[in-house]
Amino acid sequence: MQNLTFIVLCPLVAAGLIALLPRTFNVLFRLLALAATFLSLVGAVRVFLALHPGAAGLQFEQQVPWLDALGIRYHVGVDGLNVGLLLMGALVAFAAVCVSREITERQQLYYVLLLLMAGGILGAFVAFDLFLFYVFHELALVPTFLLIGLWGRGEQRNFATFQITLYLSLGALIALAGLIALYVQAGAGTFNLPELTRHLAAQPLPARAQTVIFGLLLFGFGILVSLWPFHTWAPIGYAAAPTAAAMLHAGVLKKFGLYGLIRVALPLLPEGAQSWMQLLAWLCLGNILYCGLVAMRQRDLNLLIGNSSVAHMGFAFLGIASLSVVGVTGAVVVMIAHGLLAALSFAVSGYLRQHLGTVNLDQLGGLLRAMPFLGGVMVMAMFAGCGLPGFANFPGEALTLFGAWGVHRTVVILAAWGALVIAAVYMLRAVRALWHGPLPERWREARDARGAWVRLPFALLLGGLVVFGCAPRLLTDPIRPVVARLVPGAAEPGAAPVLVGPPAPGPAAEAASLAAMREVTR
Amino acid sequence: MSDLAAIGLELAVVLTGLGVLLADLWLAPAQRPRLALATAAALGLILLASFWVPAEPARTAFGGLFVLDGLALFFKRFFLLAALLVTVVAREFAEGFEAGHVEYHALTCFALAGMMFAASAQHFALLFVALELVTVTFYVLVSFQRRRVPALEAGAKYLILGALASAFLVYGLALVYAATGTLDFAGVARSLAASAGNWLLVTGLLLVGVGLGFKIAAVPFQIWVPDVYQGASFPTTAFLAVGSKAAGLVLLLRVLFEAAPELTARSGLLLPVLAGLTMFYGVLGAIPQRSLRRLMGYSSIANAGFLLVGFAARNAAGVEAVLFYLAGYLFAVLLVFLVATLVWGGAEGDEIAALSGLGQRSPALAAGLTLGAASLAGVPPLAGFWGKFLLLKAAIQAGADNPALYTLAAVTIVAAVVAIYYYFGLVRAAYWGEASGEARAAGVTPLARAGLAVCAVGVVGLGLWPGPVLSWARQAAAGLGF
Repeated sequence: MQNLTFIVLCPLVAAGLIALLPRTFNVLFRLLALAATFLSLVGAVRVFLALHPGAAGLQFEQQVPWLDALGIRYHVGVDGLNVGLLLMGALVAFAAVCVSREITERQQLYYVLLLLMAGGILGAFVAFDLFLFYVFHELALVPTFLLIGLWGRGEQRNFATFQITLYLSLGALIALAGLIALYVQAGAGTFNLPELTRHLAAQPLPARAQTVIFGLLLFGFGILVSLWPFHTWAPIGYAAAPTAAAMLHAGVLKKFGLYGLIRVALPLLPEGAQSWMQLLAWLCLGNILYCGLVAMRQRDLNLLIGNSSVAHMGFAFLGIASLSVVGVTGAVVVMIAHGLLAALSFAVSGYLRQHLGTVNLDQLGGLLRAMPFLGGVMVMAMFAGCGLPGFANFPGEALTLFGAWGVHRTVVILAAWGALVIAAVYMLRAVRALWHGPLPERWREARDARGAWVRLPFALLLGGLVVFGCAPRLLTDPIRPVVARLVPGAAEPGAAPVLVGPPAPGPAAEAASLAAMREVTR
Repeated sequence: MSDLAAIGLELAVVLTGLGVLLADLWLAPAQRPRLALATAAALGLILLASFWVPAEPARTAFGGLFVLDGLALFFKRFFLLAALLVTVVAREFAEGFEAGHVEYHALTCFALAGMMFAASAQHFALLFVALELVTVTFYVLVSFQRRRVPALEAGAKYLILGALASAFLVYGLALVYAATGTLDFAGVARSLAASAGNWLLVTGLLLVGVGLGFKIAAVPFQIWVPDVYQGASFPTTAFLAVGSKAAGLVLLLRVLFEAAPELTARSGLLLPVLAGLTMFYGVLGAIPQRSLRRLMGYSSIANAGFLLVGFAARNAAGVEAVLFYLAGYLFAVLLVFLVATLVWGGAEGDEIAALSGLGQRSPALAAGLTLGAASLAGVPPLAGFWGKFLLLKAAIQAGADNPALYTLAAVTIVAAVVAIYYYFGLVRAAYWGEASGEARAAGVTPLARAGLAVCAVGVVGLGLWPGPVLSWARQAAAGLGF
């Protein structure tokens, strides 16, 4: 079961099986979906445990030719960078199927789409062929639109569906144009990432081509990750989406764009990366500050979580913009931590909406008395969201700030302020509005999550946050050596980092931030 | 004798048409619907037989008028498959025709023969004759439901504008002949190379382009498309969208890259600008449409624009992309029209809103419609995605020589996103909303089921295993000599 194809195919095959069953076998659909995502999760855990951190090259690699005429292959593998994402994706997929009990209409189609989405996401994270990478992402993206449209909630459902469809399709197509341009310009006749990397290391593209292609990838992937100011689809889309779709998209699928930047854009287009990083650093402030401020004003819990999820993406972008090993490592940790956090928040919010019929903060209050388990989970999730040590978000955000200190000092100062103050304000206000105060009469009968099965997804996601929060080296140890190879001009301690842009950091700064990293992850 | 052997496939198609007409005289009325099956079977056999015709080496017949090369064979198979599926659609639509079922199938065969001749044209005379055979047959097919006012209106519009386009074409041919003294593609290419600045010849070729632009529904010769598509019956509209357009495209390929390669190389911004305008006219016009056929009309214009990107790229990758795109387009369009026929039958309306609740009434039809629309929208891993991917790749490749193509690639991306919007509207109509009471219980015959299966397998299969068709497209494009 340490087979990546097995992990990816489990949900896809189950989707096919469900599509072929008669329409009335509702229980069987759910069982099949649970079994498939559970098997994927077990496989991902085993791969995570069996991976040798620091070993060069890909592990668990598999290749099958697909379209030789264009140099397209089915090529999957893992290394330290994506193994954590794979595990996080499989965990969120399983949790998403667990909370799908709320769906009562057209269950067959629902589980088919949800499993397609899960399979596509897992496939995208392990693909090492650019074309396969893109196709897997689209395979996950298109079911998202249908899930939002068909099982979505709220008055803005139709608008949200169209907005997210058009916005993300545009982003995906821009990224596709960037990938094609990369393929054409490289002239190696292959979409295979390791081969392209070797080819471009020997014959780098001219600086101008790199700048243009990196721009395409940055904005294409950026739209997919809700980079400010292209983020407006996200909060509305997540507020309208059914719980499982919001969990999978905000938690996992959105990380595809960041992963693409780190895996493809940074190593293949080093000069292009340098020319865009100053801009990216300032744009990510838009995520952290602007979306944080917007989140403060929300009275709808889903919109609040949606905006906060956009704000958190800013830290990942900041880590990437630092172009340092520490910063990019932090970005990957943020991706994993935020995946768990977003899934957990949306799961709780979905539970509240299903059982209370509203998630408007003005109408809720005092629920901690009626729902002690969920309240506890949510409060911890909110703490994780403010970056409290002990949760996985803390090492991630801290590392991105440390990594970026040398290059984008002003941005870091403003971002840290956003992380500490703004996030704390909206998270704590949400905690107060939801859980504290007098319990209104109408919610006295509210039922807490009872039974191991109902609590399982919450426990798993929260467990992931705490485990990686207390032992961040589980993540950073495998990630760092890979990042050191991928980040252009990044240096292991001792070598001089080659970075442009004021103020130029010396080796001392890099060494200091690596020391800080050891401190944080101890 | 060898000349007749070269046009064996066309002869077989014409004989099928005549045979169907004659069989009509002897068969009892109750038996006649079976002739549709017989026509489909015959076309299927001819399609199979076409795989025994060798593409290499290219053979010419009738004194160089006619060529049987990889490109011609690719398009002949394409047209045969399209006509076969159109016959299936027509069989399902039969209740919409009050009379003349058999004639419909015979006319389909004659139009098919015209398209197949067009695929092999090496001479402007054959180009004209083949194109007129297609166009004149379509005058009849468009207004086949002779008591329906919209069909008659569509027929009249198609007749007038079609005749106008033919007139341009003939005038262009006359100028070309006046300038060069030959109508042979190779001869015209030679005189172009010798006297590049001959404005008479250039004007003539541009007028020929007008005639072909009308066929493929490119801006600014697209005005007829929405009205005619809306008025014609479902099978005719499908055949117009696929067969007639592809006939124009293959002739455009032959004229641009065989008869006038010098002119094409100097055409500068003409093709990119036309491609961009056509795309945008199509996608923007499609947004407010509420009638399915009108929507497909605008979508057909938009697709002509996407296909022109491959022409504007002016490289082998572009032609390959055009051929592959057409293959995926064939299956997707026929899938949509087959579903539409099963949903509406011969009924007057084709409001997209009436699809409401299709997902609950008949999930198979809704799934078919979704596949077709998703492929047209370019969603991976379906056939339409590969088409758009290859077109973008060709445009970006060509951008190194002609920077306008980078702009065109950007325009294509925006147009593709807008296209997703209106195709998504179809899917939304099928799944969102409750089933409307007036909807008829769609009974799906085995023939229709087979047609749906073929189209669905085509859309998905081309997406998952694009290799074989792409290599055919590559062989076919190789003949154009890039």
